[in-house]
Parts: sequence; structure tokens; C-alpha cells
Amino acid sequence: MSSPDLETVDGLLAAVENGNRRALARIISHIENGTELARPLLAGLYARGGRAHIIGVTGAPGTGKSTLVNAMTQIYRQRGITVGVIAVDPTSPFSGGALLGDRVRMRDLAGDPGVFIRSMATRGSLGGLAQATADVALVLDAAGFQRIIIETVGVGQSEVEIASTAHTTVVVEAPGLGDEVQAIKAGILEIADVFAVNKADREGADRTVMALKMMLSLGVPEKFQVMHHGRMLPVTMPASDKDPEAWTPPIFKTIATQSKGVTELVDGIEAHRLYLEQSGARLLRERLRAATELRMLLRDALLNRVLDNAATESIDALVEAVANRELDPYTAVNRLIAETGCIDS
Amino acid sequence: MTTRKVRVLVAKPGLDGHDRGAKVVARALRDAGFEVIYTGIRQTPDMIAEAALQEDVDVVGLSILSGAHMALVPAVQKALKKVGLEDVVLLVGGIIPDEDVEALHKMGVQGVFGPGTSTQEIVDFIHQQLGLEPA
Repeated sequence: MSSPDLETVDGLLAAVENGNRRALARIISHIENGTELARPLLAGLYARGGRAHIIGVTGAPGTGKSTLVNAMTQIYRQRGITVGVIAVDPTSPFSGGALLGDRVRMRDLAGDPGVFIRSMATRGSLGGLAQATADVALVLDAAGFQRIIIETVGVGQSEVEIASTAHTTVVVEAPGLGDEVQAIKAGILEIADVFAVNKADREGADRTVMALKMMLSLGVPEKFQVMHHGRMLPVTMPASDKDPEAWTPPIFKTIATQSKGVTELVDGIEAHRLYLEQSGARLLRERLRAATELRMLLRDALLNRVLDNAATESIDALVEAVANRELDPYTAVNRLIAETGCIDS
Repeated sequence: MTTRKVRVLVAKPGLDGHDRGAKVVARALRDAGFEVIYTGIRQTPDMIAEAALQEDVDVVGLSILSGAHMALVPAVQKALKKVGLEDVVLLVGGIIPDEDVEALHKMGVQGVFGPGTSTQEIVDFIHQQLGLEPA
């Protein structure tokens, strides 16, 4: 058998279809680097995507996400399900370099052809990261991996955007990392489909679980006791006005280093997958994702077109004028659009 | 927009658990603008080759302080070849006696860096090997 051609779009696509892992790795690099091959490769892979269930795993640094992903992947593998892992770590804003260390915690997965792990640096802008992650997930999806786990560091805007790529978002908490107000601030409650309270053998795990339950106002009896001004007070909760069909994020206590509670967590993720399929929510999510993706790509394409068509001097002159407060930025943008003739303004 | 980043795998084959040097080098390479995939200690040659393949790296850096470099390096090279990565730039760092440096070069190791090497030397060497302008 002649060695596959890994330099051309057709060669790479054919090789990845035959399960060539080097072709898979190469394609991901083309996408990450935004080379000329990236778009034709994505176009060639798109029709083959859409089969995998994409799981986002997010949470503050130090909650044990990588170890949990390691344990989750092992459970999937015991069930004969193949897993692609995308481990995202931040690019240094100072050097542009990155130290990607998630593999250290995933060594149990080495040597298994049913697993493919790729470390990704955040590189440029936040929105760009979400798109790049979605594209890399598409490659793994098209290559036949049945579950794709995207692990992202920290919480914040980029996580929310990446959550839009995932079908099921797992938010990982750990005891002692701050109170429930931190969770509200970070905006993670809104994106979580499943919660994992990891390091559950540590003190305060039950409190973290309780705090999450309170936040979700689930599992709360009609009357429960709260501390108020130092006294225990009975409080009556209003009857839930939630849609009984709606998904309530379950909370799992895990000890990832011992793989404890991880089977239950994986079962919870799979229950959410079934819920999405049976309720039709998956189709809705796909449509929403497609709409967001189209809008983002359109914005990028138009921006590049305007910037390509505009003379550098005129952009510089406008920047100068705006900086000197001779012109407001809105008028400047209108002039730029009018000048390049890309869009009727 | 094309933004090519140099990707380097830093790995410790063999059984010694001293990873300070590997971490210092990993950090220096990050500060030089490279994307460094750090795999940790006690990696088998096959684990290193598989990680290099999945991560599509340009450079593999091995840190060996156990004295077993003359056995480990050929084993890693064999594993890299098995997955079709014989063209990746291979660097070795650690306690390497002078008489072994030449032998490692002959085996096809591009760079050997012993104690006292400045991290800038390693950065410059990688730039030169990949034909890149220094950052």
C-alpha cells in the first residue's frame, strides 16, 4: 500500500476516512493555523459531521477537570464508545506561547486507538476560539469519534461561547473555591446541563452541593430552614412554576482521582443526551448553533472584505481623526463602508 | 489569516522522576512564543510517539536524567518512525556525558543540551532547525 498523500485536501480527506490518525492531526493543525487548506477541508468534512455527542467540561482552574475527563473517557471506553478530547489551555498574552499540560492527567488513555487527545491553545480572540474549537470538534466528529469532550479552562465569556458548541455542558465545581455568589458571577449556572462537585472527599463538599441546589432551587422541600440574622427560620418556597418537562441539571459528587462517582456522572450526561434527542431539543440547539455560526462567519467575512478593500492610508487617517476627537467612530465606520463600496450603507 | 505556531512536545521517558529541568525548559519555550505540550514523567516511547502524532508537533524534546539515554533515545526514535514521524526535530536534554553526545548526533538527534545550557540557546536552536526568523 502506498503511503497516503497528506499534503493535499483530497489526500487528507481520504486518509482520515481510512482512520489515518496522522491525517487527523494534520487537518486539525491546518484549521488551527487557518491555512489555505482549512476551508476546503472543513467543507469536505461537514457532511460527515453531526453524529457525535459533544460534551463541554468547564470550571475554575484547579477543580480537577483534566482528571475528570480522564476518568470519564475511561468509562466511555469500557462501554466501547470512542472518545475525542480537545483540551484547551490559555495562550500567554505576553509571549503568544502556551504551556499545554492537560495530557499529564490523561496518561491512562495512552495507547488506546479509540481515543484521540488534542491540546489547543486559546491563541487569538474569544469568539475566534469558539469557532476554532467547533471546527476541531467537527474534524473529530467526522473522523468517527462518538463522544467529543471539550475541556476549557476557567469560566467566563469564552466558556459560554464554547458551551454553545457542546450538546451537554458539565460544570465542575470543587469545595472551598468560593461561595455560591462566585458561581452566579461567573454565569456558569446558566450554561450547566450537569454539575460535578469534584474532590468530594474534601471538607465542604456537601455545602457546595447544597449551595448549587439552592441556586437551582431544586431538591428543596417546600419548607426548609435557613439562617437569617443568626437564627434558624422556616421558609416556604413558592410552588415551582417550571415546565415539568424541562431538564433539571443533576449534581454529581465525584472523586476523579479514584474514579468515584464518575460512572454516575457519565450516566447523567447520557441521560441528558437522550433527553435532547427525545424532546427535540437537540434539533433546536443545532439550528441555533447554525444560526450563530453563520452570523459570526458572515461578520468575519464582511470585516475582512472591508479591510481588504480599504486603503491603509484612509484607515490610518480615520483612526487618527477618531483619536483626535475630530470625528466620531460611528461616522468613521460609515465612511469606511461607503468608501470601499462593499455594502450599501 | 495564517498564524503558524511552533509546537513542541516536552516529555520525560524512562523512570527518573526529576522533572524540574523539563519544566524550566517548557516554560522558557512558552515564553519564546512556542506552544509546548508537556506530558509529564515516566512516559514510554510509544506514549511519546502517540502524543507527538496527535499533537502534530514540529519538535520533540526529551529530558533524561537517568543515564539511560543510549537505550531510551533509539527506542523513542523507533516509536516515532513507527507512526511516521521520523522527520520531527529531536532534542535531548539532561546529564549526557561528552562521549555520548557525538553518538547521539550520529543516531540522528539534532540537538543535545547538557547542564549549563541557557534556555535561549535551545530557543535559537529550534528557530534555526525550523528555518524560522528568531522572534
